[in-house]
Amino acid sequence: MNKTVEHPLKKYFRGEINYTTCPGCGNGIISQSILRAIDELDINFDQYSFVSGIGCSGWIPSPSFNTDVLHVTHGRSIAFATGLKLAIPQTKVIVSAGDGDTGSIGGNHFIHAARKNIDITVICVNNQIFGMTGGQVAPTTPYNSKTTTTPYGSIERPFDLSNLAIAAGATFAARWTTYQARPLKNSIKKAIIHKGFSFIEVVSQCPVQYGKVIGMRNDPVSMLMHYKECSVNIRKSKSMSEDELKDKIIVGELVEKKNIPELTDEIKRLRREAKRK
Amino acid sequence: MKNGKNVDRKTDFIQGNIACAEGAIAAGCKFFAGYPITPASEIAHHMSKRMFEVEGTFIQTEDELAAIANVIGASWGGNKSMTATSGPGISLMLENIGLAVVTETPCVIINVQRGGPSTGSPSVAFQGDMLQPKFGSHGEYQIIALAPSSPQEMFDFTVEAFNKAEKYRTPVFILADSLIGHMRERVDFPLDDEKILEERKELKIYQGIHQKIFLDENVAPMPIFGKGLKANITGSTHKDDGFRNVSDPKIMDNAIKRLSNKILKNKDDIVSIEEEYLEDAEVAIFSYGLVYRAILETVNIARSEGLKVGSFRPTTMWPFPQEEIEELSKKVKIIIVCENNLGQMFPFVKASANGNAKVIFLPPETLGTLYNPEDILNVIKEVI
Repeated sequence: MNKTVEHPLKKYFRGEINYTTCPGCGNGIISQSILRAIDELDINFDQYSFVSGIGCSGWIPSPSFNTDVLHVTHGRSIAFATGLKLAIPQTKVIVSAGDGDTGSIGGNHFIHAARKNIDITVICVNNQIFGMTGGQVAPTTPYNSKTTTTPYGSIERPFDLSNLAIAAGATFAARWTTYQARPLKNSIKKAIIHKGFSFIEVVSQCPVQYGKVIGMRNDPVSMLMHYKECSVNIRKSKSMSEDELKDKIIVGELVEKKNIPELTDEIKRLRREAKRK
Repeated sequence: MKNGKNVDRKTDFIQGNIACAEGAIAAGCKFFAGYPITPASEIAHHMSKRMFEVEGTFIQTEDELAAIANVIGASWGGNKSMTATSGPGISLMLENIGLAVVTETPCVIINVQRGGPSTGSPSVAFQGDMLQPKFGSHGEYQIIALAPSSPQEMFDFTVEAFNKAEKYRTPVFILADSLIGHMRERVDFPLDDEKILEERKELKIYQGIHQKIFLDENVAPMPIFGKGLKANITGSTHKDDGFRNVSDPKIMDNAIKRLSNKILKNKDDIVSIEEEYLEDAEVAIFSYGLVYRAILETVNIARSEGLKVGSFRPTTMWPFPQEEIEELSKKVKIIIVCENNLGQMFPFVKASANGNAKVIFLPPETLGTLYNPEDILNVIKEVI
């Protein structure tokens, strides 16, 4: 007798969807990490809203996740999410963004949402390249990388998006690679519960567009092993020199600050004060 | 809104920009996002106090791109939402305004126009952005835009803008200018029982993944976020259930046509014209916004001199009143187009007149200043 086993996360999918990601893409691991985190939290899926922008990261929630999903313009997802959260503060608003969304075209929204400490979670898929548009250099691409728009090697230094978030005031920030799927899920859980702006950076493989930049074309397994070897936990990194940390990816929960005024709470306070006058 | 119980009605002597903000509140606006800019900032100043008094939200965003994005996000959260800016801010907002059009998101966008291009002349009254709402965002779409000419109309038209936005699930523009925004005049506020407010058609219960939430020429119900309606919203070309399809030209064709028809098939309800002395007129003056004030004066003087002159004033600039102008062109000999620019609506008027009447463009002597009625009268006397 055949017994059909349903995938434990299938209930979160809208159905009738073909995933459009390339073979070996990190999006699958990240989708699972988000949904496993949600599965372990005792909050109805209808109480989550997802906002995503343009780029492969946009297809993580849109249209697949079977709850409210708003898929918007390139780089602006955090700004849309801010308006949405202000209108329905009781909803958990999660942004799925790419490194282009977050660090390039939408950099301004990113730092200001962190500064405002609005209670949304931004999950940034950092594949260090513009994947969907054909492998162009991103603000996260390492120096001297050969991409489709840097045939002589890139001449700019990359952004550290997590440090940028922390400097801008993010009250929760964690970075993992797709190799560390379980800790990633745990940090996403914490981020969702965290009151305030939470940022999760996931360094994720793009075997098609970034694999070729580092000599691992269409080889996701090597990329994951590479992430494993490069990753250094934040605790361990503190006893390492700058030289030793060169080309390493510092992973772990980088910041967690509590009791910082949160934007939707502040708005409620202003309403109470306006009423009193 | 203007007749009847004057005794009970609240009146005030206020700036056009403040009247606009109060109109928004009267219409039920609960969310304002904006970025400072001359000559629109007074709207934000007023809203930063008033929004909280009505259990609403005011937020000053990091830039105008974020302002319109916040407004659209809040609209999906169920709030009647607006932003106010001037030309440079609209230039920054246009990509997301296209998203509001294609995702059928009700919202109101106030443009208190100033001199352009670029930084231009922030405090000069100019009608330089008349085509921007209709053609500024990329692709093929229809928009609704209203052009007030006084603080009273800043109030009334803002209420109307919210009504049209909610009724047709679409962004609606107010095209004011710096003089109307800063002008102070008496404004009559409607009594509560005089207000006619449109509320949006909302989806009540989840109807499965192929529920029809878009592309209905009679306006599809909107699935507000946070209510378990599993809204599937994208700026990509989509079907009536929200599912993206960017490869089938037929689906794109259907999406563009239905989206446009939603506005065009309801032009009778949307388009609004004010006519003065047109019954026997030989000359009609086409004007809108601030310029209309000078034209009304001109027409009154012309009539006192026995000249058969009338005024044709669209209060809705978009959708363009093509049929109404064609009708007009069959009745008059000459249409004089007066607008405070180098002829932005003029080609549309000329095309609509379709050779039936002569169409002349007459700008003010100096752009950004008021018309002198005598100059217009001299032209009328030359051509009549």
